[in-house]
Amino acid sequence: MLIPSVLAEAGPSLDLISDLRQLTTYPFMVNALAAGSIVALMAGVVGWFMVLRRQSFAGHTLSVMAFPGATGALLVGLSAPTGYFFFCGTAALLIGGAEGPDRRRNPAQASAVTGTVQAFGLACGFLFLSLYQGVLANYETLLFGTFLGITHEQVLTLAIVAAVTLACLAIAGRPLLFASVDEGVARAHGVPTRALAMGFLLLLGLAVAATAQITGALLVFALLVAPAATAQLITPRIGLSLVLTVAIGISITWVGLGLAYFYNYPVGFYITSVAFVVYVVVRVGRSAVDSPTLLHRRAQAAHAGA
Amino acid sequence: MSALSTAEQTPGGAGAREKIAPARAPLAVQLVDAEARIGEHVIWSEVNISIAAGEFAAILGPNGSGKTTLLRVLLGELALARGTASVLGRPPGDSTGQIGYLPQRRHFDAGTRIRGVDLVGLGLDGARWGLPLRRSTGKRVDEVIELVGASDYARRPIGALSGGEQQRLLIAQALVSQPRLLILDEPLDSLDLPNQSAVAALLERIRRQQGVAVLLVAHDVNPLLSYLDRVVYFGAGRAVVGAPREVITAATLSRLYGAPVEVLQTADGRLVVVGLPEAPAHHSDRHAHP
Repeated sequence: MLIPSVLAEAGPSLDLISDLRQLTTYPFMVNALAAGSIVALMAGVVGWFMVLRRQSFAGHTLSVMAFPGATGALLVGLSAPTGYFFFCGTAALLIGGAEGPDRRRNPAQASAVTGTVQAFGLACGFLFLSLYQGVLANYETLLFGTFLGITHEQVLTLAIVAAVTLACLAIAGRPLLFASVDEGVARAHGVPTRALAMGFLLLLGLAVAATAQITGALLVFALLVAPAATAQLITPRIGLSLVLTVAIGISITWVGLGLAYFYNYPVGFYITSVAFVVYVVVRVGRSAVDSPTLLHRRAQAAHAGA
Repeated sequence: MSALSTAEQTPGGAGAREKIAPARAPLAVQLVDAEARIGEHVIWSEVNISIAAGEFAAILGPNGSGKTTLLRVLLGELALARGTASVLGRPPGDSTGQIGYLPQRRHFDAGTRIRGVDLVGLGLDGARWGLPLRRSTGKRVDEVIELVGASDYARRPIGALSGGEQQRLLIAQALVSQPRLLILDEPLDSLDLPNQSAVAALLERIRRQQGVAVLLVAHDVNPLLSYLDRVVYFGAGRAVVGAPREVITAATLSRLYGAPVEVLQTADGRLVVVGLPEAPAHHSDRHAHP
C-alpha cells in the first residue's frame, strides 16, 4: 500500500524530533505505528523460537495461508478474521501432523508436506479469487499489507492476541527451548515435545493470522524471520537475543513506516529492505569476527596473556 | 549372577571403590530373567544383569544385538516381555529424576546459536514451566562445567565447538541434576582417539568423585578397559555379564555365539575380538570390536 505522501507537507527534515512529531500528527499514522510495534513484538518473539527450531519454511507456509483465508472468507461471506484463523490453524495442524512423532526423525517428509500445503493453499486462494464474482478492491494488500485505515479496534484486537501469545510463550518458554535445541534429552526429562511442537505451530498460526490482516502475508514473514535471525547471529545469550529481536523488529518497522510516510513507495518494501540490509550487515560482521585467522590471533593473544 | 556383583561382595579387585556405596544402596540396575521384544521379534531373552551403585559398566556387542534396546528398557520406554527390571531400586521410568541420560551422538551445527552454559542449565530446569527466570541454578551449572573441564568455552555458542568440547558439555548437562545413575549411548563414538581416552577418563573421575554409577553403550571397549567394573556383552539373543577380563575371552564369547570367536591381546593390553558372526571385525583400532 501507499501512504499518500501529500499528507506530509514536505520531506523529512532530518531532525528526529520534528520528524517524529510530523509522523504522529495523523491518527492513522499513530494507529499504524502502534499496530506495527505490537506486530514486531509478537512476531519477533514467536519468530525467535521459529528460527531456533529451524521452522522458517513452516512459518512462511502459515504466512501465505492468509491469502486463501481472506479470499475464502470473502467467497462464502464470512468475516475475514474467521478465514485467516481457519486456514492458518488448519495448515498448522497439517504441518504438525506430518512431522511425525519425532520432528528430527523425518525432516525430509516434514518439509515436503509443508511445501505441498503451501502450494495447495495458494492454489485455493487463487481459486476463491476467481470464483468470487464481485469486485475485490486492492487484493494485493492481502499479500503486501496495508497500514492505512487501521482502526483503534484493530489495534486493540492485535494487542489482545499478542498478550495471549506472549503469555503462552512465557509459560512454555523454557520447555519449548529445551525441546527446540535438544529434543531427545528434553523428552527423557519428561518434556511433552510432541505436544509442544504442535502447540507452537498453532501459536505461530495464531500470531500470523492476527498480524497478516494488517501487514499482509509476505510482510509478516519478514517480521517473523529477519529480526530473530539477526539477533541470534549477534549473541548466543538467550535473554539478550530475545530483547535484541524485539528491538530490531520495532526499529525496522518504525523506519519502514517513516520512510513510507515521507517517500511515496509501499511500506512493505521499506520494512523488508531495512530488515534485509540489517541482516546482511550483521551476517558479514559475524563471519569477519568468527573468521579462523581472527580466532587464531585472539587465541594466541589469550595464550600470550596467560 | 547378581550374587557376584553386589557392592558388598566386591571389596577388592576391580570393585574397590574410593567411595564405597552404602551397603543398603539399591542396585543401580537389575534385570532378572528378562526378555525384550520389539513387536513379535525377540531381541534378547534370559538376560540377568546387576550393576551396583557407583559401578562403571559398559554394554558391548555387535550392531543390532540389543544394546540400545536395554537402554530403552531402563529408561522406561520399552516394557519387558518377560522377567523384571529395576533401576535404582524402582521400576524403570519411575526414577527419571535420578538418571542422567545422554542419547546417541548429537551434534550441534554452527546454526545453533545457544551457549553451552544455557544448554547445561536446561538439564536442571528445562522441564520446568513458567517464566524462564534463572533461579539460583547458575552456581550448580558453573560447578558441573568446572567438573568436566569445560569452563574455557562454556560461554561460546555450542555450535561453534568441536565434537569433544560439545560432548563434555553434554555430559555436564546429564550430570547437573546430580543423578545417581548416568546412562550414555555411545558417548565415545565419532570422537578422535585422544578425545575418546579423555572422555573415558573424565567419566571415571566423575564416577569416583560423585559416586554415580555409569552405564554406557560402547563400540570399542579399549578406551574404557582400565576403568570398567563390569561389562554386559550382547550377542545371539543372550547376554553375558561379568568383569571385562572374564567376559571378553575366546571361551566366553565362543560359548555366547555358539561359534568360534578369537580374542587377541596386543602388547599394550588392548583387546581385539575376531570372528563375530554378525559383524565382521575391522582391523583399525577405533572400530575393532572389543
